[in-house]
Amino acid sequence: MPGQWDDRGVPVYRDEAVVLRTHKLGEADRIVTMLTRQHGKVRAVAKGVRRTASKFGARLEPFMVADVQLWEGRTLDVITQAESLGSYGTLITDDYGSYTAASVMVETADRVTESEGSLQQYLLLVGALRSLSRREHAPTLTLDSYLLRALSVAGWAPTFTDCARCATVGPHHSIVVQLGGVVCDTCAPPGAPKVDAVTIGLLGALVEGDWPTAEAASESTRSKASGIVAAYAQWHLERGLRSLPHVSRESS
Amino acid sequence: MYEGIVQDLIDELGRLPGIGPKSAQRIAFHILQTQSFDVARLAEILTTVRERVKFCSICGNISEQDTCTICRDPRRDPALICVVEEAKDVVAIERTREFRGLYHVLGGAISPIDGIGPDDLSIRQLMQRLADGTVQEVIIATDPNLEGEATATYLSRLLTTLEIRVTRLASGLPVGGDLEYADEVTLGRAFEGRRSVS
Ligand SMILES: [Zn+2]
Ligand SMILES: [Zn+2]
Repeated sequence: MPGQWDDRGVPVYRDEAVVLRTHKLGEADRIVTMLTRQHGKVRAVAKGVRRTASKFGARLEPFMVADVQLWEGRTLDVITQAESLGSYGTLITDDYGSYTAASVMVETADRVTESEGSLQQYLLLVGALRSLSRREHAPTLTLDSYLLRALSVAGWAPTFTDCARCATVGPHHSIVVQLGGVVCDTCAPPGAPKVDAVTIGLLGALVEGDWPTAEAASESTRSKASGIVAAYAQWHLERGLRSLPHVSRESS
Repeated sequence: MYEGIVQDLIDELGRLPGIGPKSAQRIAFHILQTQSFDVARLAEILTTVRERVKFCSICGNISEQDTCTICRDPRRDPALICVVEEAKDVVAIERTREFRGLYHVLGGAISPIDGIGPDDLSIRQLMQRLADGTVQEVIIATDPNLEGEATATYLSRLLTTLEIRVTRLASGLPVGGDLEYADEVTLGRAFEGRRSVS
């Protein structure tokens, strides 16, 4: 919000933010990378949070959603206040599978907003973290749905119905992640892997958020779909996602 | 930019954790200008510390011998193991004089976003230490932040398969903080009030 200053004449602004990650800074501070509702991605300093017993630090842990107030700094902004809007962190870390899924989500959100953040990416991430914290679905299903949708919003929408290359009406039986999803037999390069209809159905359900269909899928189908989603994400995000190989499929 | 070797010094100092370009420059000029500063001694200590200090082959704590002073001490209770992230947490807990068991230093916390999974920590070594039935209780004292809590969740799930009491330090530690900054009284109290997680 431009045009606001505190009583010392320092420009301040306020926004809702979800914490993507933190880095230690010096002896007691942290740099907090946040995706905000209105200001895109913001990197800001939280002073003293590693040393004090205040609630401030706990509100600025990854996966937390907070109403934050910041001072505009010359290099980095400084967080002066944080009020919790959703403490998903502890709920998520109580379940290891949810923790690994949420880690991939925040890394993805960080990467797809490299140039600029968007309200859609913000809402998508907050919704997915909230769903994880409430154990609404299996963590891997929530993650795969989030990945496909975050990539779609970023401009890499996959297709699991019509041919990704020539748009011939489906159903089709081959998936080539480099081409953007399913491809018809004419467009499929020789040796392109065939994928069964149930798995393709699950992928479509994950993009659309059709949870009854997703929940009905067997573990082996879910696992095949996850492999395709992972390949799709790693292909589109240059350098890949570091957290993705650490996703735990075991439920506790 | 300074010339040659002065800039090299600033660059090397700037690689150290917590030292930004300005601090690096300040330290470099202190070394250059302060006559009383014993450069030879610092250089010698740096070399010796690298040669002499290693990690304890049992618990992963820093040590000048194959095993650390705590693992070698017969007065320590071998039935209790306190699991911490780093060697500096051992120092913080020792200060409280509240704990008389042994330690296990994981070498960090599980942090997928940094590419660190369970296999990158000394969790397998911990399981080996627990195999012979000597240990009755494992106290998980990872940092009270997100990665520390997730590591505790992972460990407690893994350890429920064994017939061992697993406890976690009581809350009251500053959330989001580092264990090494917790004061002795708070940390001592956290030990007394530890709760079972399995
Ligand atoms: Zn085609
Ligand atoms: Zn030792």
